[in-house]
Amino acid sequence: MAEIIVVTSGKGGVGKTTSSAAIGTGLALRGHKTVLVDFDVGLRNLDLIMGCERRVVFDLVNVINEEATLNQALIRDKRTEGLYILPASQTRDKDALTQDGVERVLKELSETFDYIVCDSPAGIERGAHLALYFADTAIVVTNPEVSSVRDSDRILGVLQSKSRKAEDGGQVREHLLLTRYNPSRVQAGEMLSVEDVREILAIPLLGVIPESEAVLKASNQGQPVVLDDASDAGQAYLDAIGRFLGEEREHRFLEVQRKGLFSRVFGRKG
Amino acid sequence: MGILSYFRSKKQTSASVAKERLQVLVAYERNQRTQPEYLPQMQQEILAVIARYVDVSVDDVQINLDEDCSILELNVTLPEHRGQD
Repeated sequence: MAEIIVVTSGKGGVGKTTSSAAIGTGLALRGHKTVLVDFDVGLRNLDLIMGCERRVVFDLVNVINEEATLNQALIRDKRTEGLYILPASQTRDKDALTQDGVERVLKELSETFDYIVCDSPAGIERGAHLALYFADTAIVVTNPEVSSVRDSDRILGVLQSKSRKAEDGGQVREHLLLTRYNPSRVQAGEMLSVEDVREILAIPLLGVIPESEAVLKASNQGQPVVLDDASDAGQAYLDAIGRFLGEEREHRFLEVQRKGLFSRVFGRKG
Repeated sequence: MGILSYFRSKKQTSASVAKERLQVLVAYERNQRTQPEYLPQMQQEILAVIARYVDVSVDDVQINLDEDCSILELNVTLPEHRGQD
């Protein structure tokens, strides 16, 4: 049986697709057979971030409507062994997804994969709800910014009341992934700190991804950022994946990295 | 150091403003989520009844249900000058 992971946030543009690509690739790099499923019907982008946009023939909606088999729709990643992508449809709207159809596809996927990573669309409408409904685990992607934190709390409310686990009296395992973190702005009191966000959302912290030039560079090239393992963001994601798999890893990139001349001369402040 | 911290404490950082705003908002919204679905409607109807007798607005009425819905607490803030005549 596969573990179903939903990468969700409520708010758009916080890094769900970047994080889905990074986490899925990271799990496959660690030897787990993993499939990335794009639930953003009509606005698919996971294929672009994964660099397989020109290899899409069939998609999730085709499989749900039985116009294609799962094997026809799955795209095998050329760089990472054991990693597959199931793209969303670009032409149809979100109503093309049905609960029964999604359940059937996830069930079939769970026969061959260890992890199913569902990249949720933004919002709390049908697409987002279906992406999280069958989840065992949720990774809530949040930026240290008021609207993102508020929307994350909202999506946690949905997970706690409208997921299948919740309906059966259980609980979806929740993880906080704080992205676009800027330690120097935190130090200057211009950005919510990791502790602030943790205190407000009150869920376990999976990782903190620093705001990084490597993320745009990676998406420009259609390459998940974990493959750039020299980058701060790539390493932070790899740490988060290690923690997800139960390893103890210290949080890095929480402090200002480079010291300016002034602080080097006059020593550490505060 | 004492003087420094005096000046520092005078100015609240924007991050701490953000945190305070979020704490209030998130607590309020969580409370809303755990309420039964009929509560907003009931609040409207109770308010409509009260408004027939006194001049009140939505903000003047607070309705709270405790966890197991056995106690309904209703707080209405009446205008100071009017009300009992």
